Amino acid sequence: MKPPPFRYHDPRSLDEALDLLASHENAKLLAGGQSLMPMLNMRFAQPDHVIDINGIDDLAYIRETASGIEIGAMTRQHDLEVSQLLQRRCPVMIEALHQVGHRPTRNRGTIGGSLCHLDPAAELPLVAAALDVTIHVKSRRGARSMPMAAFPAFYMTPSIEPDEMVTSIDFQPWSEGHGYAFVEFARRHGDFAIVAAAALLEVSADGAVTRASATLGGVGPAPLRCEGVENALVGNRGSATLFREAAEANRAIDAMDDVHASVVYRQNLAVELTSRALGKAFERASERSSS
Amino acid sequence: MTINGTLHEGDVETRLLLADFLRHQADLTGTHLGCEHGVCGACTVLVDDRAVRSCLMLAVQANGRSVTTVEGLSPDGETLHPLQQAFHDNHGLQCGFCTPGILMTLLEFLKENPDPSETEVREALSGNLCRCTGYQGIVDAALAAAASLRDARETKA
Ligand SMILES: Cc1cc2nc3c(=O)[nH]c(=O)nc-3n(C[C@@H](O)[C@H](O)[C@H](O)COP(=O)(O)OP(=O)(O)OC[C@H]3O[C@@H](n4cnc5c(N)ncnc54)[C@H](O)[C@@H]3O)c2cc1C
Ligand code: FES
Ligand code: FES
Repeated sequence: MKPPPFRYHDPRSLDEALDLLASHENAKLLAGGQSLMPMLNMRFAQPDHVIDINGIDDLAYIRETASGIEIGAMTRQHDLEVSQLLQRRCPVMIEALHQVGHRPTRNRGTIGGSLCHLDPAAELPLVAAALDVTIHVKSRRGARSMPMAAFPAFYMTPSIEPDEMVTSIDFQPWSEGHGYAFVEFARRHGDFAIVAAAALLEVSADGAVTRASATLGGVGPAPLRCEGVENALVGNRGSATLFREAAEANRAIDAMDDVHASVVYRQNLAVELTSRALGKAFERASERSSS
Repeated sequence: MTINGTLHEGDVETRLLLADFLRHQADLTGTHLGCEHGVCGACTVLVDDRAVRSCLMLAVQANGRSVTTVEGLSPDGETLHPLQQAFHDNHGLQCGFCTPGILMTLLEFLKENPDPSETEVREALSGNLCRCTGYQGIVDAALAAAASLRDARETKA
């Protein structure tokens, strides 16, 4: 249960890190280490080179830009959790972060690491999908961006090349007073979810849903945007019946089966959690717009 | 790196874990290793005042930083820290394997949340596994420690 031998690199700038990535085969970036270190200790990962990006200062930030909110890849999960800006403009991320591991793992774990590790049940990729974030990637060959929907390639694998690194994400926050909720079912607080659901709603003064995002995690290899549910909501007045009926569309999703839960159990959770998330988001939209 | 206020220097293999540096190089065996993959919490220490898993950090990553281990709670080894005293008084430990990690987790938690509810304490400890106590004594001890740390702060103020 100790890491295999590797060469350790400690770059001080992004350029230096990208040079190292471009010139070394079988290299792994070390961000918060909360997934990579267990994999090294258990020797599931055996890289020849470990490139530690903790010494690069300008990769950790949360800022408001003309086009929205931008977050650096190395921003620690705990720093996101206590951000006033996110609390005000993107509270769904905060609600999700409370359920990501434990305080000591959030002190080290980063947003970039969580997105790149891409565990099917991880909370942050799910929130990224719900918000339609854009992911910014750099390499010696240049910079490119892609929507979250195109980021997962397959199971636990993002569509980035070995010489590329995620540097930041950005997104357009929803309107002030939007409703939000993140709910999950896990065996124990802080464990990966078996199924998790995020909901975002914009609601007009007369209670009609004008914009909706419904997303599931833990059902397949990548977060799943539930367009059927979203379409059934927009234009209708929010009510418990509407949310329950709309969430029923999730009973037919293609869910995975593992030691934690069967396909049918996950489908049931997908319906129940979506319905609860929508109800909670709607309640909050009404509260936030009336206050 | 500075450990509990004392400077420790050494050349180490890059793959050495911080936990193993603390135990074998610095001879501070209070930090325990249970699972070595981040799950049990026994190895929790503070690095620059933040609680972290020392089994998920390389020793080289703590170069130049300030580390606090359970030994740092009672520098003279005689007078117990209020957290330790509360665990002693409330049967917060049996075999003691999980205790160092729990104390270090609570040290950070109680600094930020000096007057927690029982539920908040249980959530804060959700990342620390104890195979002996059933947690009741630990939760009682944490609440008692919170109270005595608050008292200590008020007397000082
Ligand atoms: C006890 C425990 C419980 C946990 N519970 C949860 C949970 O409930 N939910 C959850 O989502 N996670 C959980 N995690 C994992 C989470 O804490 C990790 O933080 C996260 O999965 C990885 O982030 P990291 O910064 O630690 O990345 P690392 O572990 O350093 O890296 C993970 C992977 O991403 C790659 N990588 C990292 N950064 C970049 C980048 N910028 N560009 C390209 N590639 C990169 C690395 O090379 C590596 O392959 C848990 C971990 C532990 C130890
Ligand atoms: S030994 Fe580090 S968390 Fe278990
Ligand atoms: S006291 Fe024995 S593991 Fe907690």
